[in-house]
Amino acid sequence: MATAASDLGDVLAGLALFADVPAAELDAIAHILEERRFADGERILRQGLSGSGFYILLEGEAAIRVDGKEYGTLSRGDFFGEISALLGEAPVADIVATRTLRCAIIPGPALQSFLVGHPQVLFRMLQAEARKLRTATRWRS
Amino acid sequence: MIVVGSGPGALQLTYSLGRAGVPHAVLSADPAPGGMFRRWPFFQRLLSWTKPYAPVERGTRSYERYDWNSLIADEDRFRAIQPRLMDGTSYFPARAEMEANLATFAQETGLRIRYDCRWTATARTGDHFVLQTTDGEYRAKVVVFAIGMANPWKPDLPGIEHVPHYADTRAPQTYADKRIFIIGKEVSAFELANGFLPWAKRIILASSRPTQLSVITNSLVGVRARYVQPYEDHALGGGVVLLNAKIDEVTRDGSTFRVRTTRSDGGGALVFDVDDVIATTGFTPPLGDLAAFGVPTAGREQIPSQTPLFESIGVPDLYFAGAVTRGAPGLKKHGLPSSSGAVGGHRYNGRILARHIAQKYFGIDPARPVLQRDAVLPYLLSELAHAPELWHQKSYLCRTVLMDPARGIIDDGILPLQLFVDSDGPDGIAVAVEANPAGEIYPAVYVRKSNVVTEHLLPPEPLLDFETAEHRKQLGDALRRLLG
Repeated sequence: MATAASDLGDVLAGLALFADVPAAELDAIAHILEERRFADGERILRQGLSGSGFYILLEGEAAIRVDGKEYGTLSRGDFFGEISALLGEAPVADIVATRTLRCAIIPGPALQSFLVGHPQVLFRMLQAEARKLRTATRWRS
Repeated sequence: MIVVGSGPGALQLTYSLGRAGVPHAVLSADPAPGGMFRRWPFFQRLLSWTKPYAPVERGTRSYERYDWNSLIADEDRFRAIQPRLMDGTSYFPARAEMEANLATFAQETGLRIRYDCRWTATARTGDHFVLQTTDGEYRAKVVVFAIGMANPWKPDLPGIEHVPHYADTRAPQTYADKRIFIIGKEVSAFELANGFLPWAKRIILASSRPTQLSVITNSLVGVRARYVQPYEDHALGGGVVLLNAKIDEVTRDGSTFRVRTTRSDGGGALVFDVDDVIATTGFTPPLGDLAAFGVPTAGREQIPSQTPLFESIGVPDLYFAGAVTRGAPGLKKHGLPSSSGAVGGHRYNGRILARHIAQKYFGIDPARPVLQRDAVLPYLLSELAHAPELWHQKSYLCRTVLMDPARGIIDDGILPLQLFVDSDGPDGIAVAVEANPAGEIYPAVYVRKSNVVTEHLLPPEPLLDFETAEHRKQLGDALRRLLG
């Protein structure tokens, strides 16, 4: 017998985003998240196209591209798509798998209720956003 | 090439391959066509409809939008077989009527299938696959597995070995006056609960995840309307219990069971003493040795991960057809799934796969007619309003028109939307029907120019008429970006 949901629970337990979530709650989260594998070179998020979701990278690597130009890479534990999902706007970048990649996905329309229902995840996400903002504004100091 | 299976996915594919002129063999472990419909659904009636009387003429291409169950043929005489076989008591065909629909299609279109021939092992020699079967060895450059979702799956929890799966449900009258605990709250759980309403004295449905209803999600996500009765019974306090709880343990005590649960909402433990427990925890594809062969899968259902043209992302030249093409999820805009898990959706995937295989491996090009410039706008509007492929596979399949440097404007046919928006290629336009969680259905237009794709969402219309002056104007504006 397979234990796919609890396998996913174990993977999530190792990620900073879920560090404060109790085991039973993590099990429930693992049942809600959708898992998907992407082929090397496949687009995950599409610049300018509506209706995207929130993605948590479980395995593999992805590139951030804007108008075809590369702006960085993402790896295990990174998440993306939250800005467009929270603002209801199309992504401003492509995210492209640079090798076979495994993600957990929350559809955009479900993200708000997910975060409100799991405030520890919301806090960790806010912390990560704060770090991004600090990096982006470091030049001011 | 070889196709494995004889359910609706395999039947559609072998029909479409045959019409494209692709030589191939079809092998099936079953003795007759029909796949899962030879046995299920348990309560012997489908949840996808066929409307014998529809707003358009039966047997036309447009009619396919109202008939989710017939396979699709090029010849008028083979279209709309399902409504011919229904007795008028329901617009959901009975299981036997669906089985007859598939068998009639196979017989009338002259499909050739080697039955009672079970695929047992997979290997590769040079550029050939070698399939071992109960009827000897088969070699092919291309293999398509249309194997359905046939393996019962149960979660690994203490005592699960005592719990029968949905597949082992007994005749409903044997549950008379019983207390039944159903593990799961998805469609099959509600199908059983609905069927048990006249028999069981108490029904509990439990799982971690709260129940969703398709009429609330405005999509195929959640319990379908046909099985909502137990939900109403629960909501009105009639005796059915829907519980959000993790199942901790099932123990057996003589002829009864004890089920220990922990509520997911922090409400603590609940223990149930019942006469029967059934796991409605789904099915997985019978992949045999394919995982060891390098076929990656994803999620609890272990569905093979596929490219937009249904090829395994781990093993080139190995494809899938039928319900497992859910493993090519497409754009999944707003989280809404394709309808590839049902015949009404995957029958079109099969036709697209046949075209792809014919072109890539056999050098057979599809017909791609030239369109006159003035004809493009009314043609695309008409497709948006009536094309069954676009209505069944929203945000998933599209009508594609390309600017061919040699031939001018050409109709490139119905293709996966993901393929169009993610591939470089000639300038072109693709139109799809889309939906959002608010329940709005609207046309979407994608223009590819110099390999940059822009999206144009057209307005919804209360009567779903997409041929209004406003739609004509907005599609015309998008087309001008392409045609000048």
